[in-house]
Amino acid sequence: MKQGKVVGINGNMVTVALESSVIMNEVGYIITDEGKRLKSEVIRVMGDEAQLQVFEITKGISIGDGCEFSGDLLAVELGPGLLGQVYDGLQNPLPELAEQAGYFLERGIYIDPLNRSRRWEFTPTAHEGDKVEKADVLGTVPEGPFKHAIMVPFNMLDSYTVKSIKPAGSYLITDTIAVVTDARGNEYNLTMSFQWPVKRAITCYEERLKPVEPMLTKTRVIDTFLPVAKGGTYCIPGPFGAGKTVLQQTTSKYADVDVVIVAACGERAGEVVETLKEFPELTDPKTGKSLMERTIIICNTSSMPVASREASVYTAVTLAEYYRQMGLDVLLLADSTSRWAQAMREMSGRLEEIPGEEAFPAYLESSIAGFYERAGIVRLRSGKKGSVTIGGTVSPAGGNFEEPVTQATLKVVGAFHGLSRERSDARKYPAIHPIDSWSKYKGIMDEKKTGEAYSLLKRGYEVEAMMKVVGEEGTSLADYLIYLEGDFLDAVYFQQNSFDAVDAAVAPERQELVFNKIHSLLKSKLKLNDKTEARSWFNSLRQKFLDWNYSEWESDDYVKLEKEIDAQIAGMKA
Amino acid sequence: MRKVYSKIETIAGNVISVKADGVSYGELAEVSTSFGKSLAEVIKLDHGMVSLQVFAGGRGISTGDEIRFLGHPMKVSFSENLTGRIFNGSGIPRDKGPELTENMISIGGPSFNPAKRVIPRNMIRTGIPMIDLFNTLVESQKLPIFSVSGEPYNELLARIAMQAEVDLIILGGMGLKYDDYLFFKDTLEEGGALSRTIMFVHTASDPTVECLMVPDISLAVAEKFALQGKKVLVLLTDMTNFADAMKEIAITQEQVPSNRGYPGDLYSQLASRYEKAVDIEGSGSITILGVTTMPGDDVTHPVPDNTGYITEGQYYLKNGRIEPFGSLSRLKQQVNDKTREDHRALMDGMIKLYAAYKDSLEKQSMGFQMSAWDDKLLKYGHMFESVMMDLTVNIPLEKALDEGWRILSECFDPSETGMKSSLIEKFWPKKG
Ligand SMILES: Nc1ncnc2c1ncn2[C@@H]1O[C@H](COP(=O)(O)OP(=O)(O)OP(=O)(O)O)[C@@H](O)[C@H]1O
Ligand SMILES: [Mg+2]
Repeated sequence: MKQGKVVGINGNMVTVALESSVIMNEVGYIITDEGKRLKSEVIRVMGDEAQLQVFEITKGISIGDGCEFSGDLLAVELGPGLLGQVYDGLQNPLPELAEQAGYFLERGIYIDPLNRSRRWEFTPTAHEGDKVEKADVLGTVPEGPFKHAIMVPFNMLDSYTVKSIKPAGSYLITDTIAVVTDARGNEYNLTMSFQWPVKRAITCYEERLKPVEPMLTKTRVIDTFLPVAKGGTYCIPGPFGAGKTVLQQTTSKYADVDVVIVAACGERAGEVVETLKEFPELTDPKTGKSLMERTIIICNTSSMPVASREASVYTAVTLAEYYRQMGLDVLLLADSTSRWAQAMREMSGRLEEIPGEEAFPAYLESSIAGFYERAGIVRLRSGKKGSVTIGGTVSPAGGNFEEPVTQATLKVVGAFHGLSRERSDARKYPAIHPIDSWSKYKGIMDEKKTGEAYSLLKRGYEVEAMMKVVGEEGTSLADYLIYLEGDFLDAVYFQQNSFDAVDAAVAPERQELVFNKIHSLLKSKLKLNDKTEARSWFNSLRQKFLDWNYSEWESDDYVKLEKEIDAQIAGMKA
Repeated sequence: MRKVYSKIETIAGNVISVKADGVSYGELAEVSTSFGKSLAEVIKLDHGMVSLQVFAGGRGISTGDEIRFLGHPMKVSFSENLTGRIFNGSGIPRDKGPELTENMISIGGPSFNPAKRVIPRNMIRTGIPMIDLFNTLVESQKLPIFSVSGEPYNELLARIAMQAEVDLIILGGMGLKYDDYLFFKDTLEEGGALSRTIMFVHTASDPTVECLMVPDISLAVAEKFALQGKKVLVLLTDMTNFADAMKEIAITQEQVPSNRGYPGDLYSQLASRYEKAVDIEGSGSITILGVTTMPGDDVTHPVPDNTGYITEGQYYLKNGRIEPFGSLSRLKQQVNDKTREDHRALMDGMIKLYAAYKDSLEKQSMGFQMSAWDDKLLKYGHMFESVMMDLTVNIPLEKALDEGWRILSECFDPSETGMKSSLIEKFWPKKG
């Protein structure tokens, strides 16, 4: 066992005098007086001393305490049983931790991420004599709604021959399910689980493809105007209270993907609890199973140790890449990436590195880029496609987007859903600013039509701004109509009630139908003769439209309201 | 017997350093100086050198003063005897009562396991309509009062302390003006609430380091009471002073500041305190109401800004009133559907009409002609402000709701209010 002794402590950084060699980013354990083993990571080596960031509260560590090095990098355990779990940033299962330690997060307790006593129904697909390499599938076990592929561990870099494989039956994840040999005849016992270092991307695919297929969120403004592609990246910056978390929670429920990984990174514990209590009760329309069965929660909330906050987003993205490797579409939602960046800043400060803007480290940009780079849609060797889509919220200081984290993020993501204080104050949810935001991806709608709707909205805003100066009296009827049309489009299409059972999630067919109806209205000439008449006509149409939005797809109400709307519009067309 | 050290190597600001061994991180020491004893906390260990933050400050410390390490971190006594008592930031009595040394507990303990949390479900009644009716305070919520200095935020806190339906109030004062401290003491005494209150008070003239301890001490005690089944309300005033104390110390330690001089971990530091708010299944709870003064009335200032990213809403205090627009209790929807059937509708409806009143007011100030509808709104606005926005009242929610209907009926026809007919039928005051 490689060892060292504590010679310095500063916040969550501990300096250890080495008694043997160490590996950069190796995991070490500080052993306290009370015999607690505190997980740490080597983040700098200087001569015969190393500096470690401790993933726990450092109170009570003494000079002279021992340190044991594990020889391994910070890693997660991959295998069946990840879905439905609630982990901390280091993959400690929180419910199990509560069973052992009670109400509080006692430090130094590490529990196996995957249940050691649960049995899985294994069906072999590989055969004796088969040639296999890393990530090749040996068999499957049912997990939640999927067949979970049991693969050759990604860290086995040679070609192997299957010497034996277990018959169908029920096994523990630690049971050997196959024995493979390499060219030199060395034998390897493979189980259903293995370790992978979190900061290394999993790249066992044939090629990375261009993200073109839309990842539907069922939020109108996103799918229609600011689409996200499967394997793409997007960010949601916004001031506090603008609705970042609510928007991500809505997406985590309704997004059209196979697996959702929620990384609650340095935010409120209470928000995770909502997901935690709600998801097991909700049904995933795609599979008919509980929503929790397609979800993993990585939870390092704001009062949990900051070093594991830094690790938590990597833990999350590694789990995402693992499920992508099975040909699944995975969505990773990180709330908030600013807290992750701040964790880097704190550590950088303790290391006394030369600070950049707002004291963030110089490598802030490359770290952010590196994280989002782990998204992508890929073609696997099996020919299947899998994707990891990443959406991160950003919490800019003072709500000002001209700050390092927002700016670095905007450089690398494919879509920008900027939330505006003005809109959230006016309770216009989701508060995504329709004009300032952008997306580089292709959506489900005809781009010519969305472009027309967009420019109408813009002109509507211009008229509105002008009206503030010259008053309604000084505005021409034509301009006033543009203002009303823009306002109508905003109210019935851009805004959406995420707390209404029907309006919260709008399927693409319905989006298309509703949008086309609005688009054709905006293109028609209306026989409105004065402003008062125009205003009341639009008010009444808006009320009908909102009721229509709230009515269930193709229900009696829906059909009735659509007829009324059509009639009202038809009656006014010039 | 623990070793005594008597050679202080450096003194910088509130931080001294000494060569010592066997010391642990966060350990307390006692420094004996010519002006008395002070506690000090180990904040850094570097090979043989130990840096300590002296609670009483560095001023007057001699390089020959004695330092005795106590072998444990900062602790506070916890028992029923705390109630009705007043202490300073080190846990030493400020009143004339005896020092408490029984059942010492650590402060700044580990965080609550999120998997053990429950969804907030109980309202805390304060008797103040702007809170109970429009932005309900919920058990386990953390909520700041954003205020410009000069606003009566301490009066508001004192009133809440007296009226709130909780078992125990813990008041953490940071950088309090001495007058404000006396104000709290006298008000609570007169109101008969002192017996269910514990105060940890740092006044503006006390050493800065003690300011830093106030939230942790208050919350450690709150946590123990909550675990015993008590519904605890923690009032923290003023968290901007707490942040400024951190800033001062960070700067004397030459840490690189991130934003207007504040340390880069301001968010984490504030969050680790506010996140102590919790509702414990089958036991008590901690609710935190803090005051955050906004320097220059600027909500983007780092302290209110970071606070807003942590808390579950905010109350804006302006011109002696809780602003109906910026203020938001993010948890209110968890409880306001279980109070009275008209609660939500009245909350939304009255605020909408109040917004319309503001528009009319603007029209009036620009000299435009007032319509009959404008006149109705103006009457409504005045009544709303004088009855609903009064912070010096103590009326139950049900009474406040009835008052709401009365105001509506005195200003409008039922159909003008936008309220559902079924509610109007049931709640609209009958004439005569
Ligand atoms: N789509 C929505 N519909 C209705 N209310 C909403 C919506 N989005 C947000 N809100 C309201 O705004 C509040 C704050 O939203 P949310 O928690 O998502 O903000 P946030 O941007 O994540 O803030 P923070 O940065 O402080 O975490 C919610 O509690 C809710 O009251
Ligand atoms: Mg949020």
